[in-house]
Amino acid sequence: MGEHGNGGPNTGAVIKAGDGKSSGYAIDNPGLPPHRPRLADADEKAAKRAERQVSALFLISIIGTVMFFVGYFAVGVTAGDLEMLRLQNTLLGVGVAFAMLGIGLGVVQWARALMPDHEVIEDRKPLRKEEDRAEAAQTVNEILDETQIKRRPLLRNTLIGAALLAPLPAVVVFRDLDRSEDFGPERLRHTLWAEGVRLVRDPTGTPIRASDLTVGSAVHAIPETLREVSGHGDRLAEKAKAVVLLIRMNPDDFEPVTPGREDWKYEGIIACSKVCTHVGCPVALYERHTHHLLCPCHQSTFDAAEEFKVIFGPAGRPLPQLPITVDDEGFLIARSDFTEPVGPTYWERG
Amino acid sequence: MSTQSLESKYTEEQYSEVDQYQPATRTGKIANYVDTRVGGTGMVREFGRKVFPDHWTFMFGEVALYSFVITVISGAFLTFWFDPSMASTRYDGSYVPLQGVEMSTAYATALELSFDVRGGLFMRQLHHWGALMFVMAMAIHMLRVFFTGAFRKPRELNWVVGCTLLLAGLGAGFTGYSLPDEVLSGNGLRIIDGMLKAIPVVGTYISFFLFGGEFPGDEVIPRLYSLHIFIIPAVILILIAVHLFMVVTHKHTQYPGPGRTERNVVGYPIGPVYAAKAGGFFFVVFGILALLGGTFQINALWNYGPYDPSPVQAGTQPDWYIGWFDGLLRLMPGYIGDIPLEFVIPTPWGGNSVATPVLVTFLPITALLLGLFVWPWVEAWITGDKKEHHILDRPRNVPGRTAFGMAMMIWYFVMWAAASSDLIATHFSLSFNDVLIWLRVLFFAGPILTFIITKRICLALQRKDREIVLHGNEAGVIEMLPHGEFREKHTRVSDYELYTLVSYESPEVTSARPNSRGKVGLLEKSRVRLNRTFFEDRVAPVSREEYLEALSHDDHGTAAELPAGSVAAIESKKH
Repeated sequence: MGEHGNGGPNTGAVIKAGDGKSSGYAIDNPGLPPHRPRLADADEKAAKRAERQVSALFLISIIGTVMFFVGYFAVGVTAGDLEMLRLQNTLLGVGVAFAMLGIGLGVVQWARALMPDHEVIEDRKPLRKEEDRAEAAQTVNEILDETQIKRRPLLRNTLIGAALLAPLPAVVVFRDLDRSEDFGPERLRHTLWAEGVRLVRDPTGTPIRASDLTVGSAVHAIPETLREVSGHGDRLAEKAKAVVLLIRMNPDDFEPVTPGREDWKYEGIIACSKVCTHVGCPVALYERHTHHLLCPCHQSTFDAAEEFKVIFGPAGRPLPQLPITVDDEGFLIARSDFTEPVGPTYWERG
Repeated sequence: MSTQSLESKYTEEQYSEVDQYQPATRTGKIANYVDTRVGGTGMVREFGRKVFPDHWTFMFGEVALYSFVITVISGAFLTFWFDPSMASTRYDGSYVPLQGVEMSTAYATALELSFDVRGGLFMRQLHHWGALMFVMAMAIHMLRVFFTGAFRKPRELNWVVGCTLLLAGLGAGFTGYSLPDEVLSGNGLRIIDGMLKAIPVVGTYISFFLFGGEFPGDEVIPRLYSLHIFIIPAVILILIAVHLFMVVTHKHTQYPGPGRTERNVVGYPIGPVYAAKAGGFFFVVFGILALLGGTFQINALWNYGPYDPSPVQAGTQPDWYIGWFDGLLRLMPGYIGDIPLEFVIPTPWGGNSVATPVLVTFLPITALLLGLFVWPWVEAWITGDKKEHHILDRPRNVPGRTAFGMAMMIWYFVMWAAASSDLIATHFSLSFNDVLIWLRVLFFAGPILTFIITKRICLALQRKDREIVLHGNEAGVIEMLPHGEFREKHTRVSDYELYTLVSYESPEVTSARPNSRGKVGLLEKSRVRLNRTFFEDRVAPVSREEYLEALSHDDHGTAAELPAGSVAAIESKKH
């Protein structure tokens, strides 16, 4: 190890032959530049000043810790008092910040101003010595010989067979990650909607009379039967498939209807699945003037006038339409379930 | 079999020394106690004065490490209150607007942490900022390693460990993001569900197994929790240990400069300077994160409400490192003109659907991530360079790599920006359709333009370096020659600066090598083509001849004023 510096014990860089000194570059490696003394090296006053700076930073750290305790104990946060909570959080954060920055900047400044700043040269060891490699290879061969694995292929082959099979239980044991009775992709085809199921408002659950909807309005709806589903998880899963958007438009604004869908609307009221056909976000934004639906996640845009056809963005299919009509009391009901699976495309969808 | 000798290769004194040594001081006694039991002397001797090169760009790896430590500490605090259960409960904590609302226990305890545990909100915010900083520092650290060529032999495997750490960091971030079970993270999970379902053959089942049935169910949060607080952090810890072990084995790289060679390390010893700087830096990172956690609100989850499949907010953003996945989802159109990209493969059992618009987004993701992992070998294959490298490249001296890296960076940034296409549109009053269409154009044109521009900038910087070597710096002094000509005076730079500018390799284009049957295969042809884009346009470093030539034309300098190395260069030329 050679150390370069002025006044140090090993003055003068040592650059050895074969290390780039005669590299064919325009000039030879000149070695480390001479050490330039810092103010604190030459002037005891400057060193003293640096010492005071560092201690001042450590003192700031102490103040920061005190600030934390003030924030923690002295600021009383009563339930629901967001202002005080904010103040407390700020005091805790700024307190810890001062406590940490004081120590950190202090130590760094200490190292920069007062600890030796002589650069040191250390040799790199070769990553591998040839004699070590040869010795290691021999050791491995000896070990292999002692196991006799080469001479006894039966041992080797049965071990390989056993080792290949043994990890399989570790994979199979995860099968019960999904323990549902209706396991399989078939369940994605069905929702709670069925003939006669009332559309009710989300989340209040009040049924919707066709006459309550004015032209231009949009209502988030769920099936009335959703509340009968027991279990929080199951209810969320059913809701995740069943959410629909009800829109009332001027009947003249609709484009011609696909054959077979003539009775899917009721007057100007049309319903569609709210689950985006792209990756499943709720298509929650409705623009009355253009009768466009927009998914806020990835900006897929659907046109309610053209049976929710995609007019922009990444969605690959129109939103499924829910056939609706009204019951005897004038409340909106579904004519059937969706006629296709809702939500993002999956392999078994077909 | 021969009898084994009982003779030891160590002397009796060497063994008994251990018992006989009497430490004089109290510290000595403690040290000796530990040393005679675990043998710490060797460690101190090995590492006490180990040299580490110092440069500000070497700091980002440290920032990543420290952010991770701080994230683990704050995360451990959070686990004492957070309960990842999806069981339904009625909120009765102190945040008034949500009182009486039905929600999962996970969300309720996340609210409890924010409002009823003193310092809980601070710890949550510290944890979130720490995680953002962790991934960001890793990304910047990797860019530094990439652009300086630090991944080259013998460090390729450590680069792979680093890439895996980045992936693990993304996984840790995403699993954590989903835990509070509010509307925002629930919609994030819903997007993941949609992406999983797009995977052919197995995708639907992966989704079922993750959610324990249909999305969202009531099992996913505890599963993500065990990934988030146990499995992924354990993987990260092990990888960090391997990463640092390899840094010690290889010794750190260093920038080119006077005194530095491929055979040495120039820098500060661990004790005391490097340890003080690095140790102090931990507290600096902690302080900055604490400042962020105390003063910048992040993930105000009480505003979102419990997860419900129906509501969604406009203008929500994922954490920054997830952005590019989300941006890709936006960039890929579902239809080209009126032609849908989704299609059904007709089969006897009713057909299988291919969700092309989602599947296509997996291509750039795979290309970038896989490319990251294999780049060291790709580059070595293109350049044919099989040598060890411990001196870093200045990015300008490797225009091909630098330009390619910048092109990939811009590609990434376009995808990343696309995740904010709606916010860009609303902030600048643009049509969001136009913003997205422009981003689609940039997705293709951006990397190509960046490659060309970056390469030109590198070459220009190299020419500037040559100029400085041959003629020196402009002194800012105009002088008039006897015959009336005006010109700017140049001052020669010192040998130390000069050496940094001239000491780099500049490989020439290699021609195709025929294979064993004497043929140039398709693979070799493409290698040569890539090799050409790498090295064809090159500015060679100033050679000794050119330098001497320049010196002899130098009107201003006399031999006496020349730096020592230049004199030596002249001398060596004479011999």
